[in-house]
Amino acid sequence: MSVGSGNRNTNTEPWGSFDDNLVQGGGSAVIDMENMDDTSGSSFEDMGEMHQRMKEEEEVTAEAAATEDDTAEDGEFLGMKGLKGQLGRQVADEVWQAGKRQASKAFNLYANIDILRPYFDVEPVQVRSRLMESMIPVRMINFPQKIAGELYGPLMLVFTLVAILLHGMKTSDTVIREGTLMGTAIGTCFGYWLGVSSFIYFLAYLVNAQITMLQMLSLLGYGLFGHCVVLLVTYNIHFHFLFYVLWLLCGGLSTLRMVTALLSRTVGQTPRLLLCGTLSVLHMLFLLYLHFAYHKIVEGLLDSLEGPNLAPMQRVARDVPELTLNATVRGPGPLLKAI
Amino acid sequence: MAASDEASRPFAGLSDVSISDDIAVEGDISVPVGPSARRDDEFSTLDEPVRETVLRDLRAVGKKFVHVLYPKRSAALLRDWDLWGPLLLCVTLALLLQGGAADSDYQGGPQFAEVFVIVWFGSIIITLNSKLLGGTISFFQSLCVLGYCILPLTAAMAVCRIVLVAGSGPVSFAVRLAVVTASFGWSTFASTAFLADSQPANRKALVVYPVFLFYFVIGWMVLTFSPSQ
Repeated sequence: MSVGSGNRNTNTEPWGSFDDNLVQGGGSAVIDMENMDDTSGSSFEDMGEMHQRMKEEEEVTAEAAATEDDTAEDGEFLGMKGLKGQLGRQVADEVWQAGKRQASKAFNLYANIDILRPYFDVEPVQVRSRLMESMIPVRMINFPQKIAGELYGPLMLVFTLVAILLHGMKTSDTVIREGTLMGTAIGTCFGYWLGVSSFIYFLAYLVNAQITMLQMLSLLGYGLFGHCVVLLVTYNIHFHFLFYVLWLLCGGLSTLRMVTALLSRTVGQTPRLLLCGTLSVLHMLFLLYLHFAYHKIVEGLLDSLEGPNLAPMQRVARDVPELTLNATVRGPGPLLKAI
Repeated sequence: MAASDEASRPFAGLSDVSISDDIAVEGDISVPVGPSARRDDEFSTLDEPVRETVLRDLRAVGKKFVHVLYPKRSAALLRDWDLWGPLLLCVTLALLLQGGAADSDYQGGPQFAEVFVIVWFGSIIITLNSKLLGGTISFFQSLCVLGYCILPLTAAMAVCRIVLVAGSGPVSFAVRLAVVTASFGWSTFASTAFLADSQPANRKALVVYPVFLFYFVIGWMVLTFSPSQ
C-alpha cells in the first residue's frame, strides 16, 4: 500500500496511516480530501461507484436542505457526506464561542462594577459613627479636615430620603399630573444629591479648593441625614413651630458640619464666602422646600391646639399668594425675615 | 500469522507490528449516529406535550414558594433560580394595588408601572449593593430570592383588600397594620436568611438595611392602599 498524498501524511508508520484505507469504506465519516483522487490500491470501478453515490446523495440533500446553501456547498466541495451536520455544528459552536468571548470582553470593560467596589468598603460601625459625626461640626478650620470617601452611607441615606418623601407625598395626597409619585421622589432626591454636589464641586474647582468629587458626594450625602430626621418627624407631627425649630437645629448643624469641612479646605475670604454661602443656602432651602411642598395640613388638630393667631398661616401654607396677603401673621414673620 | 505472534508479546515492539498487504483492512468506522440521537432525546424537551412543560415549571415555582414560607438554609432557591415566580408575584401585587387612588382615571396606569419599577429596580439596586459589598451570590440568584420573598406581602395585600371590603375604620386599620407588619417582617427575615449567608460576617447589617428599606416601602404601599369610592 503506497502512501497517498505525502504532504498530508504525518504518520511515519510503514504500513501507512488509517486515513489511506478509509477511502474505500462506504459510509465512512473520516475522509481525507486529498485521498479522494488517490487511485492507488483501488479500482476505477470502486472510485466511480463512490463518486456516483456521492453525487446522488448530494442531489438529495440539496433538494432537502434548500435553505442551507453553505453546508450543501461545503458538502460538495469537501466531499464529506454525512458530515454536513457535524461541520455545521462545529462552525456554529465556534461562532458562538467567539461571540461569547467578545460579549464578555465588552461587558467587563463597560459594566464593570468593580470600579465602585473600593467606595463600598465599609464596616457598619464606621457608617454609624459617620452618621453621628455628620451632625457635629468640627471647629478646626486651619488644617484640612478628613472627609471619608465612601458611597454606601450617602446612597442609603438618599434612598431613605426617597422613602420618607414618598410617605409625605402620600399622606398629603399630592397629585402628580405629569409623572409618577415614585419618579418625582427619586428625581428630587437624586437630583439634589448629584446636582448640588456637582455644582459645589465646580465652584470648588473655580476657587481652587482642595476637595474631590467623591468627597463632595460623600459630604453632601451624609449631610442629608439631618434632613431625613427632620422630615421623618415633621411629616408625622404637623406642628409648624416644631418644624422651624428642627429646621434650624438639625439642618443648621449638618450645614455647619459641611461648611466647616469646606472652610478647612479653602483659602481666601471671598472663595470661602462664595462656596460656603452657596452650600448653606441650598441645603437649608432644600429642607424648607421638602417640608412645604409635600406636607398636609391637619387643620382641625392645629385649630384646637395652636389657637387662632397661627391658624391662618398654617391653613394657607401651600398657597403662596394667600400667605403674602395675610397680615395677621406674627410668629413666623421674624423668622422668615431673619433668613 | 503475524497477528498471533504479536498477541503473545503484548505491547512489546509495537514498531514491529505490520499489516501485510494480503490482509484486507476494511470496516465501517462511521460515527455512530444512532445512540447520540437517543442521548439528545433524553435532554430534549421539545417533543413533550405543552402541559408537561408548563406543569414542570409551575411545580418548580411552587416548590420555591414553600421554601419562602418556611425559610430554612436550603440551597434549592439559589441553585435553580428562575424569575417566573417574581414576575407572577409582581404582576399580582400590581393588579391588587391598582384602582386605589383619589383620582383613579389617570393614576390607575402609573400605579401599575410604579409597582413594577419599585420591585425590579429595587431588587437590581440591592443586588448591586450586595455584590459591591463583596457578596458571593450571583446577580440573577439575588433577583430570584428578592422576588420570591415578596410572597408574604402579596398575601398581606390580598388579606387587606378583603378586610377593606368589610370597612375602613380604625379596627380594620389596626388589623391591616398587624398583618402588614407581620408579613413585612417575614419577608425581610426570609430574604436575609438566603442573602446574608453570602456576605462576610461583619457586614451583614450593611446588606440587610437596603432589604429592610425595600420591603418597608412595599409594605407601606400595601398598608396605605385605600380603594377608590
